[in-house]
Amino acid sequence: MTRAWADVAVIGAGVVGTAIARTLARYALDCVLVDAASDVGTGTSKANTAILHTGFDAKPGSLESRLLRRGSALLRSYAAAAGIPVERTGALLIAWTPEQSAALPAIEENARRNGYLAVRPLRADELYAREPRLGPGARAALEIPDESIVCPWTTPLAFATEAVGAAVRLLLSTRVTGVAAAGGFHQLATTRGPVRCRWVVNAAGLGSDEIDRMFGGDGFTIRPRRGELIVFDKLARTLIRSILLPVPTARTKGVLVAPTVYGNVLLGPTAEDVPDRSDTATTSAGLGSLLAAGRRILPGLAEEEVTSTYAGLRAATEHSDYQIYVDAERRYACVGGIRSTGLSASLGIAEYVVAQLGEAGLPLRPRPGPPVSVPVMPYIGEAGVRPYQDAGRIAADPAYGQIVCHCERVTRGEIRDALTSRVPPADLGGLARRTRATNGRCQGFYCAAAVSRLFP
Amino acid sequence: MSIDVLVVGAGPAGLSAAIELRRLGVGSVLVADREPAPGGVPRHSWHTGYGLRDLRRVMTGPAYARTLAGAAVAAGAQIRLGATVTGWVTGAVGSAGSHAVTMTSADGIETVHAAAVLLATGCRERPRPARLVPGDRPAGVMTTGELQQRVYLARERLAGRALVIGAEHVSFSAAMTLAHAGAHVVALVTEHERQQSYAAFRLGAALRWRVPVWTSTVVQRVTGRGRLAGVEVADIRTGAARFVPCDTVVFTGDWIPDHELARMAGLAMDPGTRGPAVETTLETSAAGVFAAGNLVHAAETADIAALSGRHAARHIAAALRAGPLGTGPLGTGRSDSARRPVIVEPPLRWISPNAITSATAPPLGRFVLRSQEFRRLARLEARQDGRLLARSRPVRLVPGRPVHLGAAWLARVDPAGGAVRVVTGS
Repeated sequence: MTRAWADVAVIGAGVVGTAIARTLARYALDCVLVDAASDVGTGTSKANTAILHTGFDAKPGSLESRLLRRGSALLRSYAAAAGIPVERTGALLIAWTPEQSAALPAIEENARRNGYLAVRPLRADELYAREPRLGPGARAALEIPDESIVCPWTTPLAFATEAVGAAVRLLLSTRVTGVAAAGGFHQLATTRGPVRCRWVVNAAGLGSDEIDRMFGGDGFTIRPRRGELIVFDKLARTLIRSILLPVPTARTKGVLVAPTVYGNVLLGPTAEDVPDRSDTATTSAGLGSLLAAGRRILPGLAEEEVTSTYAGLRAATEHSDYQIYVDAERRYACVGGIRSTGLSASLGIAEYVVAQLGEAGLPLRPRPGPPVSVPVMPYIGEAGVRPYQDAGRIAADPAYGQIVCHCERVTRGEIRDALTSRVPPADLGGLARRTRATNGRCQGFYCAAAVSRLFP
Repeated sequence: MSIDVLVVGAGPAGLSAAIELRRLGVGSVLVADREPAPGGVPRHSWHTGYGLRDLRRVMTGPAYARTLAGAAVAAGAQIRLGATVTGWVTGAVGSAGSHAVTMTSADGIETVHAAAVLLATGCRERPRPARLVPGDRPAGVMTTGELQQRVYLARERLAGRALVIGAEHVSFSAAMTLAHAGAHVVALVTEHERQQSYAAFRLGAALRWRVPVWTSTVVQRVTGRGRLAGVEVADIRTGAARFVPCDTVVFTGDWIPDHELARMAGLAMDPGTRGPAVETTLETSAAGVFAAGNLVHAAETADIAALSGRHAARHIAAALRAGPLGTGPLGTGRSDSARRPVIVEPPLRWISPNAITSATAPPLGRFVLRSQEFRRLARLEARQDGRLLARSRPVRLVPGRPVHLGAAWLARVDPAGGAVRVVTGS
């Protein structure tokens, strides 16, 4: 018995897969979005540095550079429409040694070659005027004024909400285990029954090489690179204004200190190749190295409490660029090897992939009826007005005045809204990504029992 | 809304302060608490022993919470529940006083003006991430606070094996709660060379449930995808590590004050307690802003927190009688030049109160301290600019347990001198 039939099946409901699904949803196509996990955005999409990159440091001429630049611009305007928290904090790329100082002009030139012209050098005194709490010894910096911070959880949720609103069927807890050709169709074997479709888009992130092999590809292998991160208490937020970047090495972009849209400070990531594609454990060595780096960059962090620690896996490959190609004959698109810029580039990747699919023969006729509208998502950032601060909303519905999670100031009304939303959470982690409930400094000391009780 | 005194937090300290303020004739007292029920932590702490030193009778936590809340209402204090004080209105001067806060509740957003504010926001346990315990992030890892609310307020049952991290008073309380909830407590785990609870309490818990205490042991790693599988513990003397399968792990103790409102106000903070620095009157660095209970000594028992609230209330009432309190914005109401900080040196971790402006006695006429190490017999010495002000009789130091220093020496503090240092002598 076939579980679903579709023109296009998108495998992977991370930020890239959901972006592709919402882009396909604009056309008269029957789409399914399939993911092995019980929620959207649970892989690399949920555990990263949450930065909306400009792409200033990409490799000029690469596909990543092009899609990052385009995607970043698209996401900025999409976020404004959809209520995705974004703050344009700017970034300061800081040189701490003479060698690093000497590298700055090349990084500046690289940014210009990527079409990013607003980059400008700062002297040490200008840097310290900007970031007076910075540790001693910084020599110079580059300012990248458009680097921004973004909510990595609301972004794929907004894309998925838009897609589902436009009749894309979201099949969660559905792992693709194989594929067979069936007379002009692909028959995807899944853990919850077969899915028949004409076209397949592989946006499976950490599993994208395995899916690619099912379609005869052998061009890349995912080599998961784990990044551990530490989230500091909101009381640390006043220590910095901008994202503080190190001078990158050949291997990694290095450890950064960044504000988060939830009002915390993030320190990380580490970069460690791990064999296990699901090993998101933190390590004492990793956390220790981050704390040491944090003390040098921003000594004030040592006085503040740690709210949370986590690790994410980047879908790195043996190649430096994205692994994107469309096979017209097989009616298959591979969107793999999206390392650490997937969030920023997602809408650029989606636009590019859908155009390539059109050229390969996927009929792209506009969907009849009213145009698909961008959903307005619950706002969970600190820069705007949250429900507990909104007298008008509380007057209209007192549930927005009942704070349940005290550290993050999440109200009963917001939890109710998340539970009844178009893409509802499957567990408490999903509720936390939609509302911030239990994510705060007490980690559930006060509210976990009460929040759990609200969960059906 | 304009009132005489706003009390933030309806736990033992806040409620006891409200009762005392009303008893002393203070006109309007509002106690705001963000929880839906009054009483603070005792609400979900079902063992007995509450009320000993403040009410002079013994009862369970929930009974104690009800008793205090009932007494506060009977005394004429107003209690607002489900009401979160979200921040300070800077520069706002109300008709009745100089401090203003914003408060969110189901009734909307209000500005509350008060001549004096008492912060009684209590403390919480450091959760696992704040202790930097590495590994996976499965469900089943919690603090005592979460455990007690799950078991006693949400009536959850817990099956399987449980491990308690910590071996101080609260750790044994967590073990009892786990046993009540149906879990099998494998052990209490402490990095210290011995447990730190009181003998009677420990024996009760250990004999009744036969819970071993693994000393000189640390948790190195949490394992489990989705649900907890177990933890890796290591002996810090030998380095030997082993895996302990369990379904629940409770991180206990390691208290940190809920000091966010104090920090937001820009109050001077004490590096030891991590709460606002307070004088012996429990006034903070901002005139008219007081702090009491486990915000200034995390964590003492509920009755001590209650007596701290009562002490603050007396000084708030006296200050209100003396005339208008601070007039400037927060933190600038008064000169700090008259404040002598009280500083401790290792192995002492903190002392409370921790600032001296006068010879006024602290709550219960004594300072309370914590040590980070065991010492069998140590004398506490208070010194100013090298001059010995006081030396205690020999006391036993146990991490997590209170030790006290009398206050008769306050009159000998030189108001023009330097900081007072409290150290251990022999």
